[in-house]
Amino acid sequence: MIRFIFKQENKITLIAFILIAAGLILRFLNYTDAGNAALIGATIIAMLPIGIKAYQAIRMKLFSIELLVTIAVIGALFIGEYVESSIVTFLFLFGSYLEARTLERTRSSIKELTEMAPQEANLILADGSREVIDVDDVEIGNRIAILPGGMIPVDGKVLSGEAEVNEAAVSGESIPVSKMNGDQVLSGTILDSGYLEIEAEKVGDDTTFSKIIELVEEAQDSKSNAERFLDRFAQYYTPGVLVLSVIVWLITRDIHLAITFLVIACPGALVIGAPVSNVAGIGNGAKNGSLIKGGEVIEKLSKVDTLVFDKTGTLTKGRPEVTDFKVFEGDAIELAGLIGKLETASEHHLGRAVVEYAEEIADLSAYTMQQASGVKGRGIEGDINNRSIVAGNRKMLVENGIDIPDNIEAYALEREKKGNTTVFAAVDSKITVVISIADKIRDDAKEALETMRNNGIKHIVMLTGDNRHTAAAVAAELGIDEVHAELLPEDKVSHVKRLKEAGRIISMAGDGINDAPAIATADVGLAMGKGGTDISMETADVVLMADKLSQYAHALSLSKGTMRNMKQNIIIALVTVALLLVGVLLGGVNLAIGMFAHEASVLIVILNAMRLMKFKP
Amino acid sequence: MNKVTMQLETLSCPTCIKKIEGALTKTDGVESAKLLFNASKAKAEYDPEKVTSAELKSVVENLGYEVLKVKEA
Repeated sequence: MIRFIFKQENKITLIAFILIAAGLILRFLNYTDAGNAALIGATIIAMLPIGIKAYQAIRMKLFSIELLVTIAVIGALFIGEYVESSIVTFLFLFGSYLEARTLERTRSSIKELTEMAPQEANLILADGSREVIDVDDVEIGNRIAILPGGMIPVDGKVLSGEAEVNEAAVSGESIPVSKMNGDQVLSGTILDSGYLEIEAEKVGDDTTFSKIIELVEEAQDSKSNAERFLDRFAQYYTPGVLVLSVIVWLITRDIHLAITFLVIACPGALVIGAPVSNVAGIGNGAKNGSLIKGGEVIEKLSKVDTLVFDKTGTLTKGRPEVTDFKVFEGDAIELAGLIGKLETASEHHLGRAVVEYAEEIADLSAYTMQQASGVKGRGIEGDINNRSIVAGNRKMLVENGIDIPDNIEAYALEREKKGNTTVFAAVDSKITVVISIADKIRDDAKEALETMRNNGIKHIVMLTGDNRHTAAAVAAELGIDEVHAELLPEDKVSHVKRLKEAGRIISMAGDGINDAPAIATADVGLAMGKGGTDISMETADVVLMADKLSQYAHALSLSKGTMRNMKQNIIIALVTVALLLVGVLLGGVNLAIGMFAHEASVLIVILNAMRLMKFKP
Repeated sequence: MNKVTMQLETLSCPTCIKKIEGALTKTDGVESAKLLFNASKAKAEYDPEKVTSAELKSVVENLGYEVLKVKEA
């Protein structure tokens, strides 16, 4: 029965409206009794859902707005103000309807996310045929086929095929990423072109995509201090209004004034103003690749004045790349081929960087490896195309009896001072190449840091486990104020603590497990989502889904924008109540006008919050 | 202890939160209940020997709210 009434709320509103119109016309035509009957009918039918909600709330010991309206309407009926009683109930229902519609808009970003969730999967059966199944029925270890334009249903590993995948749903970054054998693919991402067969590794609620949705949902409902204050405030405010209106009645003996007071003091816009700003702000963040976990984080982030960064993987890309391939003798392409081929036998991450570089300029399949052996902590040696190649550090050269000429040594030293690691390569016992390898600074780092400085950041600190040279080089390039190198994870924590004790509000950004303690210690913790680990993502207050520092800058200005918006909403709510109060005291504001202004102020704060959805720094 | 997540119709009144949370928490066998207002979801932890997810669904429905989907985990 109750459900039936709630479901028919829109129809009830419409019927009430028709009855009110009929009643007013009848009264105008001097059929006063018939008109009043229509108005009373409108009031009663419209009161059904309102009264039930008020009763349900009171059973939970809650003073709801519905209760204030119910009392006011009963009062109005009692003194024979049928026009006002019917218009007030109608406006309240109609206002709630508009409220629900506009609220839905502020939630649309999360809804878009859930609607992007995959629904079905192409299961590959043992005999090689395919069957379309519900995504919830996919089990770990299943083989899944993904066709062009199709959505990847679960997290998994590529078994075969090659494809361009758009990962925008997860990272907010729409440039396609190429995927092939052995690569990880994520649920919710879309295959642009190509074909993939994957093995399911994470299914159901465990996929990255499901976790993101859950995080956003929880975030939109986790309250900021301001909201908690307003909640508590409303808890006392609503019964307070009730008591005050009784006092007004006792003093003035004017029921009409007392019930008008009851309606205009409804705390609607005040209660809805702050949460609605947060929902819109968090939705905007999620769409732009920064997952902000709740209103409290927004509040803290907006006050941050000091940024602390981990270096490797946060300010830098986190994987070494060749920054220079300096040839002292011979042909660059041939040398790249020889050295690159040799390094394919290496398991060291510097070796991988060399191979990646060599593959770009030479065709490694044109070279043949006769033999190769790696020396731990030194380098690698072997025969390629029947020439003896040695690649490694200074110790490797000494052990192979190769001299380093002065000019080459000077060049290498200069590169090392700039933050590179150098690899010497010799062909037939003669040094021909010095390869500089460095973990490159992220392309958007400099600009993002500058943006954040213009946005109220006073001090930027870098904490790293890396050596002093590299740290200094990165800090110099990015204009970082304070640098501490060669740190252990616990050193990072104590630096964060020290900065906090100095009265700074700290936001710490990092990627690895080693950063998790410092992230947890900071006022606001930020983790890289893509290259980051699950632990740092869970400890963090903000997760940057595409590992972009520009998303950090966006989150920072978004938090300030959201706080501004919230304050505007609170002011709108308070000013409305104050103006109405004056209006009542001076006369001229009756029940219906009061209800109208009240509902209008609720809609205004929601519309104001909706501006945040389009927020761009 | 079992967990259940119920997807409700779109919620629009903030007092619904306390109403639904309160009604679920008061149900015998329910350890904790949480309502996600913006996602319109109710989550509850319950003792499967004392109460079933279908009973929890009807608790919410009796308050007048539509339950669209029940997911146990």
